[in-house]
Amino acid sequence: MELAPYLILGCIEGLVTAAVLALMAVGLSLVFGVMRVVNVAHGEFFMLGAVLAWFVADQLGGHPAIAFLAALIIAPLLVGTLAMIADMTILKRVSYDPERTIVATIGLLYIIQQLTLMTYGSNARPVEPPFNQRIAIPWFEWVDGGLSLYWPWGLGTTSYKLAVIGFAIMLLLGIWVLMTRTRIGLIMRATQLDRDIAQAYGIHVDRVYAMVFGLGAALAAMAAVLIVPIQQAHYLMGHDPLLLSFIVVIIGGLGSLVGTVIAAVMIGLSDGLISVFFTPTLAKIIATLMVTFVLIFRPSGLMGSK
Amino acid sequence: MSDSKKSVIFHLGFLGLLFLLQFLLPAYHHGNLARIMVLATYAMGYNILFGYTGLLSLGHAMFFAAGMYGMGLTMTHLGWTAGPAMVAGFLAGVLVSAGIGFLALRTSGVSFMIVTLMFAQAGFLTILYFGEWTRGDEGFVIQQADRVFAGIDLSDPTNRYLAALLLFGLCLMLTIRLMQSRFGHVLIAIRENEERTQMLGYHVHHHKWLAVIASGTMAAVAGAAYALLFGYAGATFASVQYSIFPLLWVLLGGAGTALGPFIGTLFMFYLIDLSSSLTTAYMLIAGVALVLLTLFLPQGLVGEWRRRVMPWLT
Repeated sequence: MELAPYLILGCIEGLVTAAVLALMAVGLSLVFGVMRVVNVAHGEFFMLGAVLAWFVADQLGGHPAIAFLAALIIAPLLVGTLAMIADMTILKRVSYDPERTIVATIGLLYIIQQLTLMTYGSNARPVEPPFNQRIAIPWFEWVDGGLSLYWPWGLGTTSYKLAVIGFAIMLLLGIWVLMTRTRIGLIMRATQLDRDIAQAYGIHVDRVYAMVFGLGAALAAMAAVLIVPIQQAHYLMGHDPLLLSFIVVIIGGLGSLVGTVIAAVMIGLSDGLISVFFTPTLAKIIATLMVTFVLIFRPSGLMGSK
Repeated sequence: MSDSKKSVIFHLGFLGLLFLLQFLLPAYHHGNLARIMVLATYAMGYNILFGYTGLLSLGHAMFFAAGMYGMGLTMTHLGWTAGPAMVAGFLAGVLVSAGIGFLALRTSGVSFMIVTLMFAQAGFLTILYFGEWTRGDEGFVIQQADRVFAGIDLSDPTNRYLAALLLFGLCLMLTIRLMQSRFGHVLIAIRENEERTQMLGYHVHHHKWLAVIASGTMAAVAGAAYALLFGYAGATFASVQYSIFPLLWVLLGGAGTALGPFIGTLFMFYLIDLSSSLTTAYMLIAGVALVLLTLFLPQGLVGEWRRRVMPWLT
């Protein structure tokens, strides 16, 4: 068999994973960077995004593109609001103590997950993609001394998957602009550098924290809305992406957004390639062990400060 | 009477009470309590690291599973008897915790929590990956005929209860002795102020590593005993949920108290037992409990009791 077309397929699958993972991990990394909070419930915000996307699409009906677009706006907004409420009612009250916030967010994880199980149930439900043309992967061969294209073994991808990659890149650029070029980004970075001094300069640190926590959750929800036409919404779907985002955030360096994106592409690609050639379980084991090596040689991650 | 002596006598009295309960409890609760004592041993192992040393691990299921599979696999595939298989479970615990401790302690704080979580996940996936031997999620049953130690049939309820009590009692007294020793005092000092302990000339890193090994090995022994006494080993026991449970039990009972893990396990066991008869979403109770505990009772039940009534409790 020819290897190259499978390689291309693995890369595309890997990039889709990377796109979703990058969005989610950037949310996690943002929350950690600014607030020094490890949000274990991040995976559940992802899951909630997917479930709400199904709910919105189901209620609206009509053309899949309109329903999907509505879900893409409504689901992250709702999830972000919920996260802000959680921040103000729980995390703020334990004064963001690292251990207690971890325990509290573990509690939040089970509350969100089990409430979803009680209301939405244990079925996996699909959302229709807004558009979904099949694109075959072309490859070339030598015929009579010249190149000619052919389409091997019906290997292919869909236009929607390519759109996910494109949309994620746009969103990530948007986050980068937000953080580096706007006043809100400046306030967030100031709070990250020194919370007390920022407060002394009249920044409402509490509000910034709530906003960052909401934004992080909204990013996870958006990643979920993007993936749900490919993967289906299920109440346990937050688990694997959470662990993968932890891997990505550690490898990239805690709190570094650029490092996070680079690590997401690395993990996504290796996951895609190993899943195509071996098994998904092995891909996850290898990704987890990559963390070990990064920690042995660079304890603060690829782009971590310190 | 010195405080440490008072504490030892109090805990011995508590063990005596558990022994008496063996004759009084109805069959259902009798079986439950045996299970709770083994799980509480797991929680006590967790408490050494979390409660006394102040290191929050989110991956203790891998130690529990190391003991469980160290015992179960040698028994089913190599035909070892209960005694050597228990030793294999113990050694698996020492090896895994020494190795993981060495790597994970290169990080600290938040990274330590995430890294232990990742290692446990890798362990869980490895068990699934080698499904041919471990039978993955489905797990395997340890035959009743194999569950005999020195001629005593451990599948018999009374023997099982006494074996669980023996394990629990030994580990409880061991924890108390350990925490009253110099070594234990250094661990507590690390929890209170790591930098100052370092400055006083103690090998903080070395002590933390030993704490991981002690903690992981106790968890592994509990895992091996669980498989032996209840006759089943499965991948569920290596999943994230089983890393969260000891944290929950210890927090509820009181981190850094000898009896806290048992009290926490007892309460949570019956809470989940009751709620699972009402709804399939029984983990909701665990979630609500975690949030309420962090908000309103950070010391835990025994911790609160110690603060108010018995300040000399270990």
